[in-house]
Amino acid sequence: MTTDTPRQLTLRILRSSPSEGMAPHWQDFRVEEAEGMTLFIALNEVRDTLDPSLQFDFVCRAGICGSCGMLIDGRPGLACRSLTRDLGPLITLAPLPVFALIGDLSVDTGSWMRGTAERLETWIHSQAEPDLTAVETPMAPELAEAIYELDRCIECGCCVAGCGTQRMREDFVGAVGLNKIARFRLDPRDERSDADYYELIGDDAGVFGCMSLLGCHDVCPKGLPLQTQIAFLRRKMVAAGLK
Amino acid sequence: MRILYTDVLVIGGGLAGLRAAVGARRRGHDVVILSLVPAKRSHSAAAQGGMQASLGNTAKGQGDNEDVHFEDTVRGSDWGCDQAVARLFVHAAPQAVRELAAWGVPWNRVRAGEREVVMDGRRVTLSERPEAHGLIAARDFGGTKKWRTCYVSDGTGHAMLYAVSDKAVAEGIPVHERMEAIALIHEGGRCHGAIVRNLVTGELVAYVAKATCIATGGFGRIYRVTSNAVINEGIGAAIALETGAACLGNMEAVQFHPTTIFPAGILVTEGCRGDGGLLKDAAGHRFMPDYEPEKKELASRDVVSRRMEEHIRAGHGVNSRFGEHLWLDITLLGAAHIDSRLREVKEICRHFLGIDPARDFIPVRPAQHYSMGGIRTDARGEAYGLAGLFACGEAACWDLHGFNRLGGNSVAETVVAGMIVGENIADFVESSAGELQVSTALVREFLAAEQAKLDTLLQGNGNESATEIRRRMQDIMTDKVGIFRRGDLLAEAVDELQALLQRSRRIGVATRRPGSNPELVAAYRVQKMLKLALCVAYGALQRTESRGAHYREDHPRRDDANWLKRTLASWSDPFQTLPTLAYEALDVRHMELPPGWRGYGARDAIEHPATALRAAEIAAIREAFGHAERFTVQQALMPYEHLVPVRFRGRNERLGDAS
Ligand SMILES: Cc1cc2nc3c(=O)[nH]c(=O)nc-3n(C[C@H](O)[C@H](O)[C@H](O)COP(=O)(O)OP(=O)(O)OC[C@H]3O[C@@H](n4cnc5c(N)ncnc54)[C@H](O)[C@@H]3O)c2cc1C
Ligand code: SF4
Ligand code: SF4
Ligand code: FES
Repeated sequence: MTTDTPRQLTLRILRSSPSEGMAPHWQDFRVEEAEGMTLFIALNEVRDTLDPSLQFDFVCRAGICGSCGMLIDGRPGLACRSLTRDLGPLITLAPLPVFALIGDLSVDTGSWMRGTAERLETWIHSQAEPDLTAVETPMAPELAEAIYELDRCIECGCCVAGCGTQRMREDFVGAVGLNKIARFRLDPRDERSDADYYELIGDDAGVFGCMSLLGCHDVCPKGLPLQTQIAFLRRKMVAAGLK
Repeated sequence: MRILYTDVLVIGGGLAGLRAAVGARRRGHDVVILSLVPAKRSHSAAAQGGMQASLGNTAKGQGDNEDVHFEDTVRGSDWGCDQAVARLFVHAAPQAVRELAAWGVPWNRVRAGEREVVMDGRRVTLSERPEAHGLIAARDFGGTKKWRTCYVSDGTGHAMLYAVSDKAVAEGIPVHERMEAIALIHEGGRCHGAIVRNLVTGELVAYVAKATCIATGGFGRIYRVTSNAVINEGIGAAIALETGAACLGNMEAVQFHPTTIFPAGILVTEGCRGDGGLLKDAAGHRFMPDYEPEKKELASRDVVSRRMEEHIRAGHGVNSRFGEHLWLDITLLGAAHIDSRLREVKEICRHFLGIDPARDFIPVRPAQHYSMGGIRTDARGEAYGLAGLFACGEAACWDLHGFNRLGGNSVAETVVAGMIVGENIADFVESSAGELQVSTALVREFLAAEQAKLDTLLQGNGNESATEIRRRMQDIMTDKVGIFRRGDLLAEAVDELQALLQRSRRIGVATRRPGSNPELVAAYRVQKMLKLALCVAYGALQRTESRGAHYREDHPRRDDANWLKRTLASWSDPFQTLPTLAYEALDVRHMELPPGWRGYGARDAIEHPATALRAAEIAAIREAFGHAERFTVQQALMPYEHLVPVRFRGRNERLGDAS
């Protein structure tokens, strides 16, 4: 904590408004840094005091909901939990690539993620209707925790934005998609087999498209074990493909 | 004019809306969900601590059942809730948690054998039964007699929301994202759908439906300091209010959560205290036992929040440059526990405070957290005053929570209400009352009216600033309609809010672009939010007693003789500046649990004249039934089964049940 005069920050924001045909251009905004300031606070200050038209997406402002992914100094991250004190006096902010641009810092991750859910069928596939009044089926405590570990993905899209393959192949499922398959594969309540999963990700748009550059792993704000999961899944899918 | 037709329109893609939609869809009806944001970003995702359901699997939960959960809920509500709804809820909660287990929620599971836990500041060893191994575990939460809160680490809401959301995808239910309902279409006491604004293009679309269900969550953002997401602005409740036909129940019942990090207001879960965390003051003293010797840190939220503020007022707060706060100490739980059970808390502390909660105390202070009030419905979820309009989840007041909700009872409520209201909506759609009979002229009229309002904001010559009005409203609410309330301050708040409402009619918007326009959004929303703020403040001013979270320093006692009733606020004339208040009595003569002491907090309630009589009646019934099954006795005290949809009527089995 310092008692010096607060820093003057420059937020250099990539502005655009596709609906009005406004091409992307950089615009600088100056704000005075405050104690504990996050990019959520700074951006709202810009909108409240300097430019009410600025577009961005925040919901939980607590690093939980995955709404606020953007390129912060060129790197995908969650804006709401980025403290300005960890950044320099000039902060560049741009929308995540890959996703459809809505305007300024706002992109449409929602449709993309819904598409992924439909394509990979990211739900428990089970023939049996659960008996709701009966005592539930037991599950090993360790297994439940392991599933949660992979279930923690918040669909922020940072991994997708940080992936080299994704930029070359629009149909690549991305680390987020591969992680979901790993999650359901681990879950005994899902009756799908490796052959079923192979159908979904056993090609270059899936696990074989991944070049293991691990841009995804480094930027995931939830610290998901993407590296080990993708490697593991690849081995399993190779085996399934050989059958 | 764009009109979309569907059987069921669900406004809100959080847990409540999604579950209701799945229910209606499975009965074969077309359903469309609207949401301000992608469904998985809804605020349900932020619930950390857990979901209450009386499974009774853990050692500390053994012996739990619907009866115990029911009593905890009613006491928690300070007798403000609808007891039949509470019964319906506690009956269905175990089914909801088991359904979610089948849908993929990775609930934490019981591990057989001995384990160390922290209770009341000490390490103790608990022994879990071998036959419970692998069943759904539970943690302790405030205001409960048993450990009943099922959880997934501290990402419970996230795991639940993802499972239900993916279920909705599996059922092929479309979610129209970034679409905001800004008015309900209605005529002659019948709701026909909503006028919806596309937040990306600015276009207005009419969604016409046989049944409409509002599940838009809470309205915490009318306060400056709140744990709520920035989208929790209560627009769903406001558009119901603006019909003039529907009404809002108990809007003055606003919950403040004891532990939000100071000053950002970001929540750290009650699970911190449930798992053994302690509250401490500037001197490092654990002060809650001084005030609440029985439940200490785990009294209900309203009580703990008040005690904290009281302690700060008494000069024991920690000074910081932002003001005073207290400490939450979870260091005693140890790093291993925090890493596995309180991960979000750890991340929040690291990212927002730069501290490690395994080593450092967390600066906390109470903040607005939950809206017990909302769209008043009956026990079936159908709104008072508007046929075809349903509501569920935090946006609704079917009145499970009365004047204080227990931690863990809200996410449980969302899915339970979704299950039940989803069935009731399907019944409605299949009945003759559900027939669609709406003229396009009416739809056109509603569309035109909404377009005109937006045009006035965009093209009128208003000069008031929406941001400024909004900030002022939030300050008033936090400063004058907060944890401690007083008649003179409430009266000031009501006056000031009325003046703001008048000013809000002259807001001007500088950004003229028709499409995505955050400035325009802020403008029309603050006009609606002010009406909600007035319902809260005016309701609080009129209620001259203290009950649950509503605490009047000038009327500190709960007054059952005069105030055992629910506030109903309506707004029939768009130009009025105050809501019209009416009251609905809670009938002691039909209560299963007549008013008494909660087991914590004050003991000096003013008794309702019928209480003693009802208590005697209940004692006689219990006596008469002697050793009958608990279900039989319950049935004799307060029948509720007729409210349970047939498919959820079975009895919940538990480990070690005879049957
Ligand atoms: C930080 C935090 C932690 C919590 N932890 C717990 C806990 O551990 N246990 C517990 O029981 N409870 C907890 N709660 C409370 C609980 O999470 C909420 O009450 C509950 O999730 C609300 O669910 P919902 O479905 O009613 O609404 P929400 O999840 O808020 O969903 C509302 C939906 O409505 C949509 N919407 C809103 N307005 C409109 C509109 N005008 N048009 C179209 N769509 C609209 C939104 O986009 C969203 O999809 C917590 C709350 C907070 C704030
Ligand atoms: S895997 Fe990580 S980076 Fe990718 S969407 Fe999920 S949380 Fe975000
Ligand atoms: S490892 Fe590389 S190619 Fe594979 S998903 Fe991650 S970033 Fe993309
Ligand atoms: S706003 Fe929710 S993660 Fe940033």
